Amino acid sequence: MNNENKAVAKKKKKLEGPNKLPIKERMKIPRQVMPAQDPNVRKKNFEEVPFGLSEEMAFIEAERCLDCPTQPCVKGCPVEVDIPGFIKLILEKDYAAAARKIKETNALPAVCGRVCPQEEQCEIVCITGKGKSGKPVAIGYLERFVADYEREHNLVQLPKNAPPTGRKVAIVGSGPAGLTVAGDLIKLGHEVTIFEALHRPGGVLVYGIPEFRLPKSIVQAECDVLADMGVQFRNSTVIGKTDTIDELFEMGYDAIFIGTGAGLPNFMGIEGENLIGIYSANEYLTRSNLMRAFDEDEYDTPIIRGKNVAVLGGGNTAMDAVRTALRLGAENAYIVYRRSEKEMPARIEEIHHAEEEGVQFHLLTTPIKFIGDEQNRVKAMECVKMELGEPDASGRRRPVPIEGSNYIMEVDLVVVAIGNSSNPLIPQTTPGLECNRWGNIVADPETMQTSRKGVYAGGDIVTGGATVILAAGAGKKAARAIHKYLMEEVKK
Amino acid sequence: MPKVVDNQQIGPLIWKMQVEVPRLVEKAKAGQFVILRVNDHGERVPMSIAGLNREKGLLTIVYQVVGKTSALMTTVEAGGEIADCVGPLGVASHVDNWGIACLIGGGIGIAPIYPIAQAYKEAGNKVITIIGARSKDILFYEEEHKAVADELYVCTDDGSYGHHGFVSDKLKELLDDGVKIGNIMAIGPVPMMKVVANLTKEYNVPTWVSLNPLMIDGTGMCGGCRVAVGGETKFACVDGPDFDGHKVDFDLLTARLGAYRDQERKAMKRFLEDPHCRLAESVRQFKYPDEVNK
Repeated sequence: MNNENKAVAKKKKKLEGPNKLPIKERMKIPRQVMPAQDPNVRKKNFEEVPFGLSEEMAFIEAERCLDCPTQPCVKGCPVEVDIPGFIKLILEKDYAAAARKIKETNALPAVCGRVCPQEEQCEIVCITGKGKSGKPVAIGYLERFVADYEREHNLVQLPKNAPPTGRKVAIVGSGPAGLTVAGDLIKLGHEVTIFEALHRPGGVLVYGIPEFRLPKSIVQAECDVLADMGVQFRNSTVIGKTDTIDELFEMGYDAIFIGTGAGLPNFMGIEGENLIGIYSANEYLTRSNLMRAFDEDEYDTPIIRGKNVAVLGGGNTAMDAVRTALRLGAENAYIVYRRSEKEMPARIEEIHHAEEEGVQFHLLTTPIKFIGDEQNRVKAMECVKMELGEPDASGRRRPVPIEGSNYIMEVDLVVVAIGNSSNPLIPQTTPGLECNRWGNIVADPETMQTSRKGVYAGGDIVTGGATVILAAGAGKKAARAIHKYLMEEVKK
Repeated sequence: MPKVVDNQQIGPLIWKMQVEVPRLVEKAKAGQFVILRVNDHGERVPMSIAGLNREKGLLTIVYQVVGKTSALMTTVEAGGEIADCVGPLGVASHVDNWGIACLIGGGIGIAPIYPIAQAYKEAGNKVITIIGARSKDILFYEEEHKAVADELYVCTDDGSYGHHGFVSDKLKELLDDGVKIGNIMAIGPVPMMKVVANLTKEYNVPTWVSLNPLMIDGTGMCGGCRVAVGGETKFACVDGPDFDGHKVDFDLLTARLGAYRDQERKAMKRFLEDPHCRLAESVRQFKYPDEVNK
């Protein structure tokens, strides 16, 4: 226990029971710092970086909540978790109840506690953060703490499902959107089957987000809970190929949710892009995460381990890729991004973690050509420096190349992390399913209903690349609308 | 887990496996492919469809031992299981009635042209099939092709059986004789497909080739299977596997197929030296072509 915490504990002893500290005292408590692996150690392993809060730290952090009447944090959360409610349960030391409180609205707290951008959702509006310390309650840390506590102490209780309704739902894709829909609808008594194209459920949580940020055992535990509640998982089934949406209806499903996620990876469209050693972030991360290529003694899928690795892009996926490169033995791992740090879409925490681990940032830089050796392996890329001009459609200042600033960067591995375009497999095989000009499925923002009756969609396939919690939020809305549809319009 | 009904050696280092995947078989069309994993630590490997038994729900694949995963496949006994088998993936081969349609299969490519030959035949084409291999002992599927093709030509590089020469030599002969071939589908080693495509370009005969780049998911998500066709980047898994042979950059394909050459060899060496792997003696004696010549 550090000295500050000791002082707080001492003061608290004088008071009766938990959370009886006066507001003034609570505002003095420093935000708890989550212990984490040392950057120089962790950059060589795939173990999770932050260790999580101890019970004691979680309690102290919970005391920082002022239990304000306006509860801006709840409105800041895309799925409106009762944040003050679960924090109060932490102060009562009923951590499992706190986890269940979150699960009333968010099926995946252990995941969201780790990967949600709390700093721009619930925490940015926290009243505690408006005080002198300027630091909001660490809601994400607390969410992770209670979810981990519940799981690690085997306190996970299966919610009681409503009596069977006789209605069947097919969910396409087992990422955050699909898992959320499944959790909500199984509780309401519907029969739920998830169809997954890959051999393991979890979608981006499994193939995309690395082990060091989200251990796969946690995702598996969440899927196991759903399976215990009665959700059927059908892996290695590609909807649009093995079965079509219309065939699912023929098989007796009454409603369908499409949550197939991000689609085809974008490339730069520049010379040399198909050289060996140029991966899409999807491929690089899938090899390492889903196929576990990082563990070469145990798993058969190979991966190129570069010495000088450039990751193109500035989002969370780029950070995941560049930190993976370090762990796979890169001596130099670069982020090459065409705008400045301010415009980077990645979470500040992720950028910070990457910096701590020694990632080198080449900002306001873009490659214009890849150069290969005689074996068609990438050996360098020609870059050009950029400056920021007038704001573009996204409101961010448009990067403009600086003439004559070209230079050569030696690289033996490049990972392109500049986003995805939509996957055509379902739109191509589903007559009457309306898509926008980027190929994303059009869905009502409130009900997530598509142009096809009984077909709903949510997550990246609707919005384009977004976050886990937004996908889960879309799943929530869809589940509500699907339930209404099943009960009102599907006669049994 | 899908059941392996049969897995037998049909040539030196060539095996035929039948997997029970009823729904996949029901949906599959000629020219599509599947992705399988042998066990939970295994790679995802794309495999061409070499036959479909719709009554029994059986998928046939023919594979050659070229590395660890294919060697591992030989150890699966009839009645056993593989971890998974997903599909059908990719776009089915374009089938039309061109009058005379020609299929060319080289080496292991002799297998996947068989279901396509059946589809061409059903569409009313006169089917000319040319199959070829290095020598007689690695030829297979002759009877199967004989049953479908109106004309079947068998070639061996060393002249140990059938016509002495390459499949492209036979094709050139037919074209020079004025046979009005309306469409060609060529599947085999990349150099063979390249030679055939270069030849038919001169004769202006539309020619499809089926490409087999490395893949992971097979649904467009990873982009590992990208190929260059007519200067454009395509994903073989969702845009292919069939492409216009006159536009494919075969050299790029060859290069990309060798991306993991060193790792693959290391893995194979380690696997062959493992006393616990139940490999047939012929597989255990496996050598890469360049090792044989040394």
